[in-house]
Amino acid sequence: MKILVCISNVPDTTTKITFTDNNTQFNTNGVQFILNPYDEIALARAIELAGESGVTVINVGDAGTEPTIRKALAIGAADAVRINAKPLDAWFVAYQIGQYAKQNQFDLILTGRESIDYNGSKVAAMLGELLDLPSVSIAKKIEIDGDKAIVEREIEGGKEVLTVVLPLVIGTAEGVAEPKIPNMRGIMSARTKPLTIVEPAEVQTNSNIISYETPAPRGQVTLVAADDAAKLIDLLHTEARVI
Amino acid sequence: MPVLIYAENADGKFKKSTFEAVSYARAIANQTNTQLTAISVGEVSTDELNALAKYGADKILNVANAQLKNFVNQAYASVIAAAAKKEGADIVVLSNSFSGRGLAPRIGVKLDAAVVDGATALPEQNGGKFTVKKTAFSGKAFATVEITSANKVIALVPNAYKVVETAKSAQIENFSAEVKESDLKTILKEIVRSTDKVSLPDAEIVVSGGRGLKGPENWGMVEELANLLGAATACSKPVSDAGWRPHSEHVGQTGIAVSPNLYIAIGISGAIQHLAGISSSKVIVAINKDPEAPIFKVADYGIVGDAFEVVPKLIAAIKEHKALA
Repeated sequence: MKILVCISNVPDTTTKITFTDNNTQFNTNGVQFILNPYDEIALARAIELAGESGVTVINVGDAGTEPTIRKALAIGAADAVRINAKPLDAWFVAYQIGQYAKQNQFDLILTGRESIDYNGSKVAAMLGELLDLPSVSIAKKIEIDGDKAIVEREIEGGKEVLTVVLPLVIGTAEGVAEPKIPNMRGIMSARTKPLTIVEPAEVQTNSNIISYETPAPRGQVTLVAADDAAKLIDLLHTEARVI
Repeated sequence: MPVLIYAENADGKFKKSTFEAVSYARAIANQTNTQLTAISVGEVSTDELNALAKYGADKILNVANAQLKNFVNQAYASVIAAAAKKEGADIVVLSNSFSGRGLAPRIGVKLDAAVVDGATALPEQNGGKFTVKKTAFSGKAFATVEITSANKVIALVPNAYKVVETAKSAQIENFSAEVKESDLKTILKEIVRSTDKVSLPDAEIVVSGGRGLKGPENWGMVEELANLLGAATACSKPVSDAGWRPHSEHVGQTGIAVSPNLYIAIGISGAIQHLAGISSSKVIVAINKDPEAPIFKVADYGIVGDAFEVVPKLIAAIKEHKALA
């Protein structure tokens, strides 16, 4: 079985998000970049299903993403591909990965359910559409049974159990696998595993971010005494009007 | 050019988030004095379909194809994109639900349209620029996205836009479109719903517990409080990581981002990743032993105290409040 895992290079979850240039650019100064946590789940499940030799990781990014790609190789992917371009928008990223996937056969393509920077959760379904394959965007469980995948998909207040014909594209959420910690052998071998750099295909983006803002600061907290719960209920009813 | 809204149903009923999306789409149509067409796919009664007019649809397309009874994102995308083309719609609106997130990107590719997921406000159309505000960095920020394609797909987050009733009535038309065999490679085996619970992403009130509750055996009072308030239950990451609660309840940067009217955090210190997931909550209540806990920096109301003493008092106070109401 051959699995392609799409990975993103994102700010660490503890990052305090700030902006520069009149709130038009994300301030990367001092920011630690990591392998997107949902992609780690995808990678771990891919290795469980196909073994290390069956897993290729792909990233759309400039040379700055290579430490994250090497991390994925250390976790266990056999080889890696970097499309040498900044990930301009979801369509651009999906198109580039789609071009690569068309030229190389995979039984399964995994992405994280979303990247924790722009949270689009778009690449999996866009890839499905580009490749005319089924896709499941927010999966919490993946099993393979012959030529089919059994996938549990999150829905509001429950889940759906689906059987889907391979090949397909799946966006993975928590529950699919536990992230895998690289061991020393993995870290050593990651340096020499093949990393192919591919130049991007010509394609227009269809959106761009023109500005950012952070949520409006919240006011001071109103503290209520621990033995006066009724006062809190009263405030929520009469002042905040939420109950 | 008209606006098309995909009205998602669950078991034949439209949810509040669908009506929010219809109201939102109505407002977008009003920006350019155009028509709003709604499309529903699956088995939905005429009465239920008529409700779409109440929230602003001028015309309702009903797709009652037996092959499309259950949601398959590929096939639904084909039908919705075909409807957009037939109606000449350049904007497709849908709800940023779990299904919507699997559907919107496919419609976008079919229509050569940019997709803005997680929209939190009406688009602005100024001087030829079309921009939409959306959540970014998992709730730590908002981004304003300019769409440069002629066609546009916008997915609205729940609880971000208020439903608005109109006096409209609309014709219901049957609509069908070709569904390719390759669109139907996904078969639904089973739907498992926890019917006794409020769905977390849609919830107007959320009661959430953290490590301060010490163990899964102590969730009874969280559930009792949630039941009394008609709220969904949730938890912090350490709690779901420890297996005390399911992952589907994990609120935070790598879990679910919620936007309820009221979020009650019990025994949650407020790590930056958790605060990201709750930043769109209208009112936040914190109950924590530690007065220095970061959760109090974002809370609107707080009680510094032991959850095991405070929560039972809250439950009693709500019962009293309800008895008086």
